[in-house]
Amino acid sequence: MGLTITEKILRDHTDNKNAVAGDIILANVDKCLGNDITAPISFDVFDKIIEGTNKGVFDREKIILTPDHFTPNKDVASAMQSKKLKDFSYKHKILYYFEMGRVGIEHCLIPQEKLVLPGEVFIGADSHTCTYGALGAFSTGVGSTDLGVAMALGKCWFKIPESIKFIYTGKLNKWVSGKDLILYTIGQIGVDGATYKAMEFTGDVIEKLSMANRFTMCNMATEAGGKNGIIPPDNITKNYLKDVEENKYKIYNSDKDAQYEDIIEFDCSKVEPQVAFPHLPENTKPISEVHNMQIEIDQVVIGSCTNGRLEDLEIAAKIIGNNKINSKLRCIVIPGTQEIYLEAIKKGYIELFVRSGAIVSTPTCGPCLGGHMGILAANERALSTTNRNFLGRMGHIESKVYLSSPAIAAASAIKGYITSPDY
Amino acid sequence: MRGIVLKYNQKNINTDLIIPARYLNDSDPEHLGLHCMEDLDHDFKQKKDNLKATIIVADSNFGSGSSREQAPIALKAAGIICIIAPSYARIFYRNAINIGLPIIEFDDISKINTGDELEINFEDGTMNNISNKSEFKIGKMPKFLQEIISIGGLVNFAKKIILEK
Repeated sequence: MGLTITEKILRDHTDNKNAVAGDIILANVDKCLGNDITAPISFDVFDKIIEGTNKGVFDREKIILTPDHFTPNKDVASAMQSKKLKDFSYKHKILYYFEMGRVGIEHCLIPQEKLVLPGEVFIGADSHTCTYGALGAFSTGVGSTDLGVAMALGKCWFKIPESIKFIYTGKLNKWVSGKDLILYTIGQIGVDGATYKAMEFTGDVIEKLSMANRFTMCNMATEAGGKNGIIPPDNITKNYLKDVEENKYKIYNSDKDAQYEDIIEFDCSKVEPQVAFPHLPENTKPISEVHNMQIEIDQVVIGSCTNGRLEDLEIAAKIIGNNKINSKLRCIVIPGTQEIYLEAIKKGYIELFVRSGAIVSTPTCGPCLGGHMGILAANERALSTTNRNFLGRMGHIESKVYLSSPAIAAASAIKGYITSPDY
Repeated sequence: MRGIVLKYNQKNINTDLIIPARYLNDSDPEHLGLHCMEDLDHDFKQKKDNLKATIIVADSNFGSGSSREQAPIALKAAGIICIIAPSYARIFYRNAINIGLPIIEFDDISKINTGDELEINFEDGTMNNISNKSEFKIGKMPKFLQEIISIGGLVNFAKKIILEK
C-alpha cells in the first residue's frame, strides 16, 4: 500500500518503521518554535522536566524563539513575557532567538531564514505553524506543554493523520490568489472540514503558484481544522531554496497508490476573489455578491503571517498607486519581517503607502489577534488579510472582521467599502 | 469522577471565546481563570458558581482556533474538571490531555442538560446521567493517551523518559 507525503515524513522521524495513518508515534522533531504568548508557559514545563537532573535543552540550535505577538512590548505584562524569552535564550544559549528589531512575524521569518526545510518535522506553539507545509515539511501547531517537552527531549507525540487530497485545476480568474483559494476551500468544507487531517494541496494551479501564495494556503489549513497543510516540493520550492545546499533537505512525494480519506477537486475557473464574513472563516462569499452589499469599513489591515510577504505588499501598492486611502477609514500595513520591510522601502511601496494615508507598522502580529496596533471599537468593521474573524478577535466583541486577499483589501481601502479593483 | 453540567448548545466555541487574547499578556492560571469564557457568556462565572458546575458540555469543534494552552488552563483554573463535546479542534484536544484535563468525545449531547449530575468512569468507558437515570458508553482513549493522563500529564511522562536516559 502506498503512503502519503505526510505519512512518509513522520515514519522517517520515528523508530516505528511500519507506522501509518492512525498510529500514535513519538517523533523526533527537527526544530521547535515558541513566541511571547506561548513560550513562557513552555519554560515552566521545561524547568519541571529537567529539575533534579543535569540536563539542558536537547539542542540549542534547534529551538527558535520569536517575540512577535505583543511586540514591541505593548504593556508591562507583555514586556515581562518577552523578557522571559530573552532570559531563557541567554541562559540556554539558544541560537535562534530573535531580538525585537530583528524578529519578524514568525511564519514569515522562519522560511525566509531557511530555518525550515523540506522533509523536516517542525512543531511550533502557534496554530499557524502549518504554514511551512508549503515547503514540503510536516509542520504543525502544538501547545506550550508540547514545546516544553520538545525543548527537553527533542520529541513530540503525534497521531499520524489521514490525508485529504485537494486538486485545484483550471485557469485562475483575475485577482484570485492563494488566499482566495484557501478561503474558498474552507467555505466549501467548513471550519471543521479537515479536523485532525493532513490537507495535501495539489493540481496544476498549485504547481504554478508562487511560494508566497503556497505559504498563505498552508497557513490557513488550521482554519479548516487541519493538522497540517502540505504541498509536494517542486522546482518553485527548489528555487526558493536556491541558497541552501540540496543535500541539506529531503524531498518526499506521495505514492500514486497512497490512501486518502477523501479527494476533493475544485475547478478554479469558477472561483472569484473571496470574502469571509463574521464570525467564521467558512462564511465566504464571492466578491461580485459582496460588492453589491456596499459594506462600509472602518479599518483595513494588510499583513500578518497569512499575507505579510513582499508579494502581498506589492499587489496592495500597485492597486493603491496614486490613490488616497478613503478618509473614513484607517489602513494599517504591516510588513512580515524586517527584510520584507527593507525590500518594500527599496521598491518604493512604503513611501507610496505613507503618501496614500496608510499607517505602516514594524512587523508584529498585533491587530490580528486583537493585541495592539489597530484594535476595533464597538460596531466597527474591519477588512483584514489575516486568518481569523472570530467574535471579538480584533477588539470589541461587538466589532466585526471580514477576511480577504491583499488585492481586495487594498481596493476596499480606497473605496471605503468592500469591493474589488475591477469595480 | 462526578460533577454538575453547564451546557452551551453552540458549535465552534473557539479559543478566543474561551480566553480572549487581551488577557494573554499574563499566563498566571488564576488570572486566566477569572476571564474564562467571558466573551462567550458574560455570566459564565455566576452561572457556574450558582449551579456548582464543574463539567462543560458543548457542541462540536470545541476549542478551535489558536494553539494557546491558556484555554484549557483557564478552564481548569475556573474549576472545570471535564469537557464533553462531539468533537474538538486538535490542538485544544492535545493541550487538554497534556495538562491532564479529561476531555470526552460524545455525540449525543442532547441527552445532557444544564444542571444534570454526571458520573463518569474512564476505565469502564461509561457515563451515567444521574439526573435522568440514563447510561452511555464513551469511547476509550488510545492507550498512549491513557498513559499520559494516568501519569498526570505530559510533563510527568517526559520526566520519566529523561530519568530513564
